[in-house]
Amino acid sequence: MSAAQANRRIQFAPWKDVAFEWLTRAFALLVFSLLAAILIALVIGSQPTLAKYGPAFVASAEWDPVREEFGALVPIYGTLMTSLIAMLIGVPASFGIALFLTELSPAWLKRPLGTAIELLAAIPSIIYGMWGLFVFAPQFQAHVQPWLSERLSGWPVIGALFEGPPIGIGMLTAGLILSIMVIPFITAVMRDVFDLVPPMLKESAYGLGATTWEVVWRVVLPYTKVGVIGGIMLGLGRALGETMAVTFVIGNAHRLSASLLAPGNSIASALANEFTEAVGDLYFSALIELGLILFLITTIVLALSKLLLSSLTRGEGART
Amino acid sequence: MSAVRATNPVYRWRRRVNAALLAVSGFALAFGLFWLAWILGTLLLEGGEALLRATLYYKMTPPPGGDGGLANAIVGSLIMVGVGTLIGTPVGILAGTYLAEYGRRSRFADATRFLNDVLLSAPSIVIGLFVYSVYVARVKHFSGFAGALALALLVIPVVVRTTDDMLKLVPNSLREAAVALGCPTWKMVLSVAYRAARAGILTGILLAVARISGETAPLLFTALNNQFWSTALDKPMANLPVVIFQFAMSPYADWQRLAWGGAALITLAVLALNILARALVRRTA
Repeated sequence: MSAAQANRRIQFAPWKDVAFEWLTRAFALLVFSLLAAILIALVIGSQPTLAKYGPAFVASAEWDPVREEFGALVPIYGTLMTSLIAMLIGVPASFGIALFLTELSPAWLKRPLGTAIELLAAIPSIIYGMWGLFVFAPQFQAHVQPWLSERLSGWPVIGALFEGPPIGIGMLTAGLILSIMVIPFITAVMRDVFDLVPPMLKESAYGLGATTWEVVWRVVLPYTKVGVIGGIMLGLGRALGETMAVTFVIGNAHRLSASLLAPGNSIASALANEFTEAVGDLYFSALIELGLILFLITTIVLALSKLLLSSLTRGEGART
Repeated sequence: MSAVRATNPVYRWRRRVNAALLAVSGFALAFGLFWLAWILGTLLLEGGEALLRATLYYKMTPPPGGDGGLANAIVGSLIMVGVGTLIGTPVGILAGTYLAEYGRRSRFADATRFLNDVLLSAPSIVIGLFVYSVYVARVKHFSGFAGALALALLVIPVVVRTTDDMLKLVPNSLREAAVALGCPTWKMVLSVAYRAARAGILTGILLAVARISGETAPLLFTALNNQFWSTALDKPMANLPVVIFQFAMSPYADWQRLAWGGAALITLAVLALNILARALVRRTA
């Protein structure tokens, strides 16, 4: 009797197994197709402007909702410029922090300091924006910007970047705040890959009389450069798509200006500010196409980052 | 020996370079910590007082100049985060289960992992745009459910990633032991693999909740906002991040004060969730 029962259970089992496997597979398929679904939805949504302007959309600096003339150059420039500033400051800072945490910090300080840096990533971006607008920008306007424009505005080429009245908000402020926001992401990847370096390699260099800096610069960094670049790309992907922090401080002006002290606009902040107020198919479509451009740029950057990082881990597997 | 080294100018130079650059790395760390301290300090200073006033928690968002709190926004946020998590978590866990238990290193599983990692860092405003165009534009009105849907799309990649990672850590011998006892695969996954990876998966969910609690961008054009008390999922719903955004950008001092209170509240909640998740990881590790 009990043997028969057991038999029956075993006979039922394959059906449930197949069902469970297909259930999980269906959801994996859903995750698999999400990115493509986003892409398709955005392409469909931006049909009107795609049809009207074609590729010229990205080259035009026009943005006039009243006359219904749209171009993406200003927000694209703002997005790229603020992210560039963020990388110029964020990458060396993250490298320094990762170096300190992996090579210099006493063991008991590693965890609290590392956690503190990681908490920078936990602070919601709207908080960065508010703090940037109300606390940081006034200080920046009063103390740093006048200094910058006084010292640097006479210089050739660079001078043009720092011209104009110090108004606190603008592209430089947005870039600076972004640089703080990307630090935890880049630092985390750098710490992870620095820890992958075999101790034997480092000790050999120390044994030859290398200083700590030389070990890091000549051994650790060359060994991990693919991963470090992957981490930088990850930070870049974050910076490009950051919305709220930038929206608060960039000034939201659809104007192309060489000066970093001037207000500008980024793709994400244009969307955040104008989307709910947009009227007319063309205006909507222009904003959705902006989103499409942002999506394409960040997806490419993040995919590259991911490829670099995964090639590193695969290489590690082969080497050990 | 050391006298020889100290007089060697090349070595002295190298030592100096070393000391200088290591000092710079210390400065970099101080640079990072400086911003953290400044931001948290500002929040406590500006929002601390608002945080301690009970009206913040039971009064509705006021018109300019009126006295009020953030009760409707707090409840709206809780509802949307709750519904978003309830939708996103099962999807994420099941997809992650497929990757770790069935797909393993198959081409489909690897491709899904790759796409999921890209999705993990994709700009949240684009997710909002997506939900707008596939849902809000169809039903023709903003709603709390659309907001929850956008948040669920942010929960999914986090949960997929942690579920996959944590299930991979479960030793195969456990699985084999269960199967050898005659346990069918589905039951082995449910009562052996999940149980072994429980703490890790829970951590992933907590981190996902922490992430979406502060998200503003995807809610701007899905849930919109609502000045009044509303728990109806098919109507625009008040929520903390968007209220903070709106009030902070307003010219009214009392709105800005409320915004600081909300900002402090949200940050404390998110940091607490993060620390809780960390504690959970440390206890199991």
